[in-house]
Order: sequence, then structure tokens, then C-alpha cells
Amino acid sequence: MTCTVRIASPLHSYTAGASRVDGRGATLAEVLGDLERRFPGIRFRMIDEQDRIRPHMRLFINSSEARDLAAPVRGGDTVHVICALSGG
Amino acid sequence: MSMLWLGTRKGLFALRADAQRRSWKLAGPQFLGHIIHHVVQDPRAPRSVLMAAKTGHLGPTVFRSSDRGRTWREAAQPPAFRKAVGGEEARAVERVFWLTPGHASEPGVWYAGSSPAGLFRSEDSGEHWQPVAGFNDHPMRTKWILNGTPDGEFLHSILVDPRDARHLYIGISIGGVFESSDAGSTWAPLNEGVAADFLPDPGVPFGHDPHCIAQHPAKPDRLYQQNHCGIYRLDRPGSRWERIGNAMPKKIGDVGFPIVVHPTDPDTAWVLPMDGQTVWPRTSIGGKPAVYRTRDAGRSWQRLDRGLPAQAWFTVLRQAMCADRNAHPGLYFGTTGGDVWASTNGGDSWRCIARHLPEIYSVSHAA
Repeated sequence: MTCTVRIASPLHSYTAGASRVDGRGATLAEVLGDLERRFPGIRFRMIDEQDRIRPHMRLFINSSEARDLAAPVRGGDTVHVICALSGG
Repeated sequence: MSMLWLGTRKGLFALRADAQRRSWKLAGPQFLGHIIHHVVQDPRAPRSVLMAAKTGHLGPTVFRSSDRGRTWREAAQPPAFRKAVGGEEARAVERVFWLTPGHASEPGVWYAGSSPAGLFRSEDSGEHWQPVAGFNDHPMRTKWILNGTPDGEFLHSILVDPRDARHLYIGISIGGVFESSDAGSTWAPLNEGVAADFLPDPGVPFGHDPHCIAQHPAKPDRLYQQNHCGIYRLDRPGSRWERIGNAMPKKIGDVGFPIVVHPTDPDTAWVLPMDGQTVWPRTSIGGKPAVYRTRDAGRSWQRLDRGLPAQAWFTVLRQAMCADRNAHPGLYFGTTGGDVWASTNGGDSWRCIARHLPEIYSVSHAA
């Protein structure tokens, strides 16, 4: 199934500047795997080697924050990749 | 031509000199907003440069250039710990902190050090990185590194013996100096004689805080160390560090981050002392920055401050001071205040060659 993924600006170097791309998968993990196949390197900048969401990243499915990569994604959903940083 | 790579908290800059190293031209930033911890040219393939980077948001990675930094490409597989199994501690690289080219006989081999402390190796010029299990999974690792610090401990000063590709040293802050003679399969602490004033038992074999270790290229049995607790020299095969910082003026002490060795004279080294009193300001002592030089392997030290500001409260981090390889070596350091200082007479006098850059994390020379 296809969803929309909104990509935060720090990751635009991977998507050739696109802020919105299509994603495929039934879970967040599958959608991120799909992104990685098409935009190599993007996943590791968001997800660490233990499959944890990095401290300054937030992933939302529609308006709900997903804290687990097993979170289900349905056709037509929007996955938001949001960067959360404080300080200068 | 001399060139300096400047890794800063906000991007990558370069300084290029004329033949006399009098005039310097600033280039950059590249990767504006990226945190650049280390930039290192490959002496075996001078067009190749590796850079350790991350951003405030994104995970750590390595970028590679094969055209002297004109263009860059991200590593396909950046340094990462192996996946934890069972109830193991699930470690993740927070930052790639240090890069070292491998031995001359192993083109394409690189090492990387991370925070939390991890050692990684690439055999394809930094494109793919693998954890060095001999260190990262060593049964003593958690004891060697204690509990680190809230910011994570740093693995740095990865030294490859120019006579033997399998002989390695590493420094861990906090953890100590460790040695391997089998290409990283096994490791042993090498901290005898080094103070650890901050520990309940200062005589422990590990848990020390080396800030920077240097191996002399022309005399590889000679190591220098700038530690949290002093300046040391070790001449192998000896195993007891001698505190050569005891010869520093008492009012200056022997705390600092970097230590730089002369490219050909094993008796000459430079340090940049910082204030390690009370709450550890880590600034220039009394606001009067100075480099100190030994020409007799640490038996005596000379203060070198001609040209440096009469008052400045900067810090110089461990990767932010280097020497070039000229017959009369140039010395360079970058400050947390974003200035770069240079000397072409062994440190006798200094001049500022770049100002108002972001906080400087690393300064490295490229031929």
C-alpha cells in the first residue's frame, strides 16, 4: 500500500530536494526500508543500528506520534518525518 | 602547497596557503550546519579525504572525497555497532569522532573511533565500515570504560605503527590507552605511571583519561600523551609512562587537550595548556594563551606566546592543533572562538590566519 512521506529539510539531500515522496509498506519499518532502497543512507540518519528512532527525530503517522517501527501504516496515510532540535 | 582542513561545529572550511605559507585564503563553508569532528587526508592517496560528520538532528556518518574535497559522497555503510542480542547493552554510535588512515601496506584501510567508545575499520577507503569486535566486544570493555560520562566517552588517537600494520594503540577518554599487536583482535591496557587523580584508587591499571596520544613517525617507539592528569612520554618497549609535565612551570601546570610532535625530531613536541583548576574552566590559563614546546623530550619546556592575544579565553580541542611536514614545520591551531593561528618558526611567533569561524573542532594539514 502507498502512503505519503513528508521529509524534513535536513534530509532533503537524500531525496533530491523533495519534501514529499511516496512510501510503500504496511508498517513504519517497511516504509523506512522502502525509502532506504530508493534514497540510500536516509534510514541510518533517522534510525540507529538498534532500530531505535534517533533522539532528535520524531515520526508521526497522520497526527499520532509513532514510537515503534512496528506501527501499522495504511494506504493513504501520511508519515511525517520531523526533526526536533533545541539550542543554537 | 599547504592546506588546512577545518572541521567546525557548523561546517567544513579550508585554508590554502601560498608557497611561503604567508598568505592564506579561506574556502567554504561546505556542509554548512553539519557538525564536523575530524577531516583527514589519506597520505597513501592524497586526493582522498575522509570526514566524520553529523548534524544536530541526524545520525552520524562519514563522507568521502576522491578529488581533494571538491565533491563528497556519503559512506554506504557508516560506522555502527552490531545489533545487540539477548540482554546486551544496545549501543549506537552517537558521533564518529576520530579517523585514522591505515598502514602504508594496506591501501584503503581506515580506522574510526566513536562516542560511545567504539573502534571501526574500513577496507574500501571508508565506503563500508565494520566494528572491530576484538575491542567493541572485549569482555573487559565495560570495566575499562567505567560508566563513561553523560556526553559519552570518546575513542580517539588511533595510532598505527608505521613498522607493523598489526600494531595499534588507541586512547579512550575516559578509559585509558590500550595496545593491540594483532590488528585489533586482542587488547591490553597501557597506563602504568599515568595519574588518575579523579578516581578513588589512582593506581588502577585502566580508567584513565588520555586527551591525545601521538606516536613519533621517525621513532615509532616514542609516544607522547596529553592526559587529563598531565603530560607523559613513553619509550617502548618500556611500559611505564614518565610524567614529563612535571617540568612545566607550576603556575601553568600540565593539563591540556592536544599534543603535537615534530615531523622529524622525536625530541620536539608542542602542547597548549589549559586551566584545569577547581571547576575545570579549560580556557587559556589566566586568559593568556601560550603554546609550550619541548626540544629535549620533555626535560624542559619553553613558553611561546609572541603574537598570541594578550587576553583571550579560548579552548583548543584535541584534534584542533597540528603540524605540517615542511622542513621547517608549520604549526597550526584552531580555537573554540573560531580563530586559526599559525607559526612557521616552530612556535616562536604566531599570527592569526582566519577569524570569526564557528567553534573549531579539528585542524588537519593536507599536502
